[in-house]
Amino acid sequence: MQQVAVAATLLTVVACKPPPDDRTSLSADAAERGKAAIERVSCGSCHAIPGIDWPRGGAGPSLEDFDDVGLIAGALPNTPGNLAAFVRDAPAAKPGSTMPPMPITAAEAEDVAAYLYGMNDE
Amino acid sequence: MNKGAASGIMEALWGWPPPVFDPAGPYASSVTTLAWVLFAMGVFVTGIVIAALYVAIKGPERWRSKLDGEKAVWIGGIAFPAVVLTGLLIWGLALTASLTEPITGREARVRVTGEMWWFRVEYLDPAGRVIVRDANELHLPLDRPVVLELLSADVVHSIWIPHLSGKMDMVPGRINQLRVEASRTGRFGGVCAEYCGGPHALMGFVTEVHEAADYDRWLAARAARQAQPVTAGATPGRPGTVVRDPAEPQRYDPALGWALFRDTGCAACHRIAGTEANGLAGPDLTHVGSRLSLGAGILPNHRGTMIGWIADSQSIKPGNRMPSYDRLSAEELGHIAAFLEAQK
Repeated sequence: MQQVAVAATLLTVVACKPPPDDRTSLSADAAERGKAAIERVSCGSCHAIPGIDWPRGGAGPSLEDFDDVGLIAGALPNTPGNLAAFVRDAPAAKPGSTMPPMPITAAEAEDVAAYLYGMNDE
Repeated sequence: MNKGAASGIMEALWGWPPPVFDPAGPYASSVTTLAWVLFAMGVFVTGIVIAALYVAIKGPERWRSKLDGEKAVWIGGIAFPAVVLTGLLIWGLALTASLTEPITGREARVRVTGEMWWFRVEYLDPAGRVIVRDANELHLPLDRPVVLELLSADVVHSIWIPHLSGKMDMVPGRINQLRVEASRTGRFGGVCAEYCGGPHALMGFVTEVHEAADYDRWLAARAARQAQPVTAGATPGRPGTVVRDPAEPQRYDPALGWALFRDTGCAACHRIAGTEANGLAGPDLTHVGSRLSLGAGILPNHRGTMIGWIADSQSIKPGNRMPSYDRLSAEELGHIAAFLEAQK
């Protein structure tokens, strides 16, 4: 009986609609890689970022509690896809942005987004 | 510690094998040999002490009475250390004497001045004249000895490139010499190894070793750029190499950046060869666009870090002598960064 229940549950799950394409996997591995990318290009030169001890520059906004922010740079819905696009090439994602494009790959940008969303989960 | 960001400093101190055990040249090799021999000697002596302790507590009566006598103190406590330490000292000084051999004329010469909290770097011709002024990075030819002439502008600093040589103090009012030589190409980090106040821990630099022919071309090109006569009006730099926002190609203008650079007061502390910007208090920016790091070996060099540093260097390197230019608008910072990127 129990096996039937498990099988039925699995069938129900499998039958579900697949997640939309713009959903990014926020895995711990991705967050870890994102942190490495943040350290390599030194996002901290302009932003105070939780988990990054140094530098904590003041030229750009602090990213404390960033996962609770409504709009990225006051303009874009705060979704992983938008965030990844924005951190890689801000002027393209939001015309007029004062944040310059960053020397990171699209995959690294997704990892950075994963880190910025995951950093405040206690 | 933040591994990626502090590029030059972390390269000097991080990694496996530890840079100090991974010599990349003959002078560093002798320092590493000395370190291993001292370490082995330390292990040997510690072993003797532990053995003596064991005998003193648990050994047979006959052995204990021997340890007990005045003779044991004379031999183990005075004669043995005196002989061993004297021998090690003489051997160690002889081994590392080559690091401070006087100039023979065959070496490349570079003058490095410790400043609070960065390194002024000047390349000299055989007659001792400055031909290239730079900062916070050291370019070296492969397999050729280079003599670093070490000065300090303020307090005692110390230069240390663990892959390439030992440490040497930079003392005000005195010129110390240190030889470095690299037997493999690549980038090696360096640090200030003597506490010099405030942001001492953020005072580093990057060393790049070139093939000998590449080094000669590199030095000749830089010397030619630095010898350019002063021309008023024109925007310095190489317009063809300007990196602009791909999204908004015309947004940041190096010519506007140059005007802002002069009018904001940057030129009071920073020099750009061939222009009226001739300030000598801060690092020379003639080649800042090709710099391997910003802020003295602590940040990667790209548009974002350049803007972040100019706008708020005091948050990044608290106490450093450049004020935070937080009165500049984001547009103005972008123009200045675009201008500086063109200074190759």
